[in-house]
Amino acid sequence: MKPPSPPWRSRNHPAYWAFVVHRLSGIALALFLPVHFWALGKALAGAGALQAFLTVTEAPLFRFGEWGLVVLLAAHLGGGLRLLLIEFGPWSGLRKDWIAIAAAGAVAAGLAFALALVR
Amino acid sequence: MQSLLTARIWRGGSDGAFVTYEVPRQDSQTVLDVVTWVQRALDPTLAYRYACRVGMCGSCAMTVNGRARWTCRTHVERVAPHGILDIAPLANLPVIKDLTTDMADFFDKWTKAEGRFQGAATRRQDFARVAPDSRQRRAVDAAIECIGCGVCYASCDVVNWRPDFLGPAALNRAWTLVNDVRDIALRQRLRAVAGDAGCHSCHTQGSCTERCPKNLAPTSAIAGLKRVTAQAAMRRKL
Repeated sequence: MKPPSPPWRSRNHPAYWAFVVHRLSGIALALFLPVHFWALGKALAGAGALQAFLTVTEAPLFRFGEWGLVVLLAAHLGGGLRLLLIEFGPWSGLRKDWIAIAAAGAVAAGLAFALALVR
Repeated sequence: MQSLLTARIWRGGSDGAFVTYEVPRQDSQTVLDVVTWVQRALDPTLAYRYACRVGMCGSCAMTVNGRARWTCRTHVERVAPHGILDIAPLANLPVIKDLTTDMADFFDKWTKAEGRFQGAATRRQDFARVAPDSRQRRAVDAAIECIGCGVCYASCDVVNWRPDFLGPAALNRAWTLVNDVRDIALRQRLRAVAGDAGCHSCHTQGSCTERCPKNLAPTSAIAGLKRVTAQAAMRRKL
């Protein structure tokens, strides 16, 4: 019989949450990429086809999705830099300061992008 | 009247269940005191493991209120302010009975990670001189105090996801030997920890570092192994 897995309560600490955010944002970005290339690929069928699609992306739902993408990218970038620092830098420990910096960076990027959208 | 504490203790094997006991509350009572009282006063068939009672032997680790801890160094007051204690065997290890787990896999993995020192010197040679402030000696110092309690191993999701993962303690041990300038089995050890079940499977979730009762950082040790194995691979020395 498989041994019991660690209880959920034992996972509640910043480095684990950083892992969860990094993994979920990574999966979401990976799912977005094929759609992104498909959209760009419309240009192969001529400027008209791409323009028709770009007009659709002006819809508020797409704008919201775009904002989500920026937040995900910022979170994934910040979290990824932290991992690179831990794995390749001369630092030790879980670098929780970098978790805070990455989280703040993602929030700042999200707010800045939201501001650019409403202006 | 003396106040009581509700202790829900795991009974049976992997398919067991929690059984509730009422235990008298004492000042400065540790979780190990609670388990011992239940065994001595209520049910002598309760199986658990301990030896030193003072945080030196590493044999009394259990899951207490959802976290792997040393029961001997955990005060009831700190983890159960409302007087309710859940005490279960360590996760990620097969349960033998009640609170005892089979730690054979855990220690076998130390062997698989080449966790044994291999030197070239004989007893007729002088002591090796290692400067205490050298980079490698400092790396060893940061990781050497592990007593093999299994708290990190029981807290690691990667061990749960892929049972062949060597785990934080074995990799931490390998890192101390990689930095031991007297050791001659570097290449062999790097090979042992560079595989799919080795350091590169770690997702840097940090539960080992977060939960280690000795405040060691196996995450850093594993990161060190990732660096050294990557460098060795690039230099075709793996």
